[in-house]
Amino acid sequence: MDLWFSEYHTDSVRFSIKVHKQLYSGHSDFQQIDVFKSREFGRFLTLDGYMMLTERDEFIYHDMIVHVPMAVNPDIRKVLVIGAGDGGAVRELCRYDYIEKIDLVEIDELVVEVSKKYLPTTACSFHDKRLEIFYQDGLKFIRKCTDCYDLIIVDSTDPFGPGEDLFTKEFYGNCFNALTQSGIMVNQHESPFYKNDANAMQRAHKRIAETFPISKVYQAHIPTYPSGHWLFGFASKGLHPTNDLNPAKWNSLGIDTKYYNTQLHYGCFALPTYVEEMLREVENERE
Amino acid sequence: MNLNQNRAPIKEALEEFTSRRVVPFDVPGHKRGRGNYELTDFLGKACMALDVNSMKPLDNICHPVSVIAEAEKLAAAAFGASHAFFMVGGTTSSVQAMVFAATKRGDKLILPRNVHRSVINALVLNGAKPVYVNPQVNQNLGISLGMSLEDVKKAILENPDAKAVLVNNPTYYGVCSNLKEICKTAHENNMLVLADEAHGTHFYFGKNLPVNAIEAGVDFASVSMHKSGGSLTQSSFLLLGKGVSEGYVRQIINLTQTTSGSYLLMSSLDISRKNLALHGREIFKKVIELAEYAREEINAVGDYYAFSREIINGDTIFDFDITKLPVNTIGIGMAGIEVYDLLRDDYDIQVEFGDIGNILAYISVGDRERDLERLVGALLEIRRRYKRGNAGMLTQEYIEPIVETTPQEAFYAPKISLPLNETVGRISSEFVMCYPPGIPILAPGEKITVEIVEYIIYAKEKGCFMMGAEDENIERLNVIGKI
Repeated sequence: MDLWFSEYHTDSVRFSIKVHKQLYSGHSDFQQIDVFKSREFGRFLTLDGYMMLTERDEFIYHDMIVHVPMAVNPDIRKVLVIGAGDGGAVRELCRYDYIEKIDLVEIDELVVEVSKKYLPTTACSFHDKRLEIFYQDGLKFIRKCTDCYDLIIVDSTDPFGPGEDLFTKEFYGNCFNALTQSGIMVNQHESPFYKNDANAMQRAHKRIAETFPISKVYQAHIPTYPSGHWLFGFASKGLHPTNDLNPAKWNSLGIDTKYYNTQLHYGCFALPTYVEEMLREVENERE
Repeated sequence: MNLNQNRAPIKEALEEFTSRRVVPFDVPGHKRGRGNYELTDFLGKACMALDVNSMKPLDNICHPVSVIAEAEKLAAAAFGASHAFFMVGGTTSSVQAMVFAATKRGDKLILPRNVHRSVINALVLNGAKPVYVNPQVNQNLGISLGMSLEDVKKAILENPDAKAVLVNNPTYYGVCSNLKEICKTAHENNMLVLADEAHGTHFYFGKNLPVNAIEAGVDFASVSMHKSGGSLTQSSFLLLGKGVSEGYVRQIINLTQTTSGSYLLMSSLDISRKNLALHGREIFKKVIELAEYAREEINAVGDYYAFSREIINGDTIFDFDITKLPVNTIGIGMAGIEVYDLLRDDYDIQVEFGDIGNILAYISVGDRERDLERLVGALLEIRRRYKRGNAGMLTQEYIEPIVETTPQEAFYAPKISLPLNETVGRISSEFVMCYPPGIPILAPGEKITVEIVEYIIYAKEKGCFMMGAEDENIERLNVIGKI
């Protein structure tokens, strides 16, 4: 049998993984959900045919979206995660004993159900007592919060589907309003490489930079995402992602990670020249 | 004849025609798109293949005898009208046709002043005289309303020679007059009733909505299918009430209508009529739910006022169209047009219009809940970022006109161009309006007052898109006078 999953990274570039077995296929009110099993990447989840995570490389994404902000501000106690129905970000957050509350807002309940059943690697902390799940629109949830969270993690899908709202200026503004004085927002920031992804990346950066006094971008290498070069956004009301980092303090927590470390923390904010230029281009467009 | 609303005769004829692969030695010259690659690439082959000329199997819009005639009968049945004309020149063409059919040079037409420009344009063309009934104004919202029944009766009594009464059903904001009683009074006095239903297509299909014009008893109704009805932009229906001569109205329409009616527009009317006839009730139930949800959420934000049925007063707001979502923005200290601009420029959200005190979001079956969440989220942000005091803000959208002569006489009179601030006291020979909504601030034949000049300057400052005058920057106005 020669069964392959293919995702078009552009009209003329595609990425394929040989499928050993399809474990789940279903349609929610919002999207098509599939889980496959492969020899090289283990189990993987796709939404509307777009790769969300694989068991093999999800640690990179989840390390970077959680530990970077957690290391910058050791006083984070209340966290909001938007999207992330697979549970990966929640799993990493639950490793911090001092976090008091984790609210997860996921629009699609079926993603959580499917993850619980087929993706035990990421969906392993849904039982944590600090976690509360809200199945609703992220934009609707956030606009009712003021001064509520120390950290907001926006773990969205691409801005071409149900995740579109999470790339809007109104959403970022509502997040600003929902954060405490030392609040940080971290978001999935698309890729700088292919044109469509790069446009989305620039638009997101422009809107975040217009909303937050500090808006930086950091990178990671994620093999199964288009081009493998992926970005995250770090926005805050005052904390600087590298100047305010206290490596000794984070290292003293003894959190064991496979990708993240405090040396890499400094390095990941150093971006390729062309990416710096793309970011500067939209920063200069600001009124 | 089979009045089965599942049918779409124009669409069916086009399908049949394209399947025959007829070799075109007629216009249009793009020949199914083959002669214009870039356009075909842009619009799609299927679209270009349907852009054909009138011919025997496809009927002719100027004198329908086969498929267009059938489609018109189906549309008339769907709307409960005695006849329905397929119109391809926008609802502007429907409005003008009904004004031309009801009045001629020197005749009087009773109408509210907050009409669309197409109505007064029709008067410029045919020389009828407007008798304005001033719509009342809601001072808090700054919007003009419907006509009071007593005011209409008074106008009819004072102008027994008037030929017709024109009514907005509803206004752009969703406000309805007491159309049934207006019809009754007008008919008792041998006057026709014309309804501008550019914003009321859904009244014919939804439940829990204001009465539609045909049911209320009007003689003519101009219905913008392309607004809430879902057809292509520029397509419209002109509906006739009982006892109106179809033949005469057709002659009137053919005075100005194209002889090359677009089959893209006509098939869109045909298919949309079928859709509304079959599914209209559930479609508009959904639209109402969406609008009501958004209204509740916007009102919960604070300072904004998304108004609804609570403003009904039994007369000048006889009924309110709850599919509309007007939001008064004065509470955050911003003009509607400023919020309108911010929504577009900063948030990539396009609403229908912004005026001095309000924005209007147009809700339709194409909307999704998450899009409404964006609108609410953005309004919340705008309030957080920009809220200020509202002292010194103009709230009035309506200024009572002083009519000195007919629109036609003023438009064609000898005129001079004067700087805006030197025009006070003169009679305007042209229009000034913000677009949208396209309701004239000043129409030909009206006296220019200090109030009007101040309003124009204020609206320009706030960023309203002004049009109508010969000088596109509206720094000068044409007024009646010798050179």
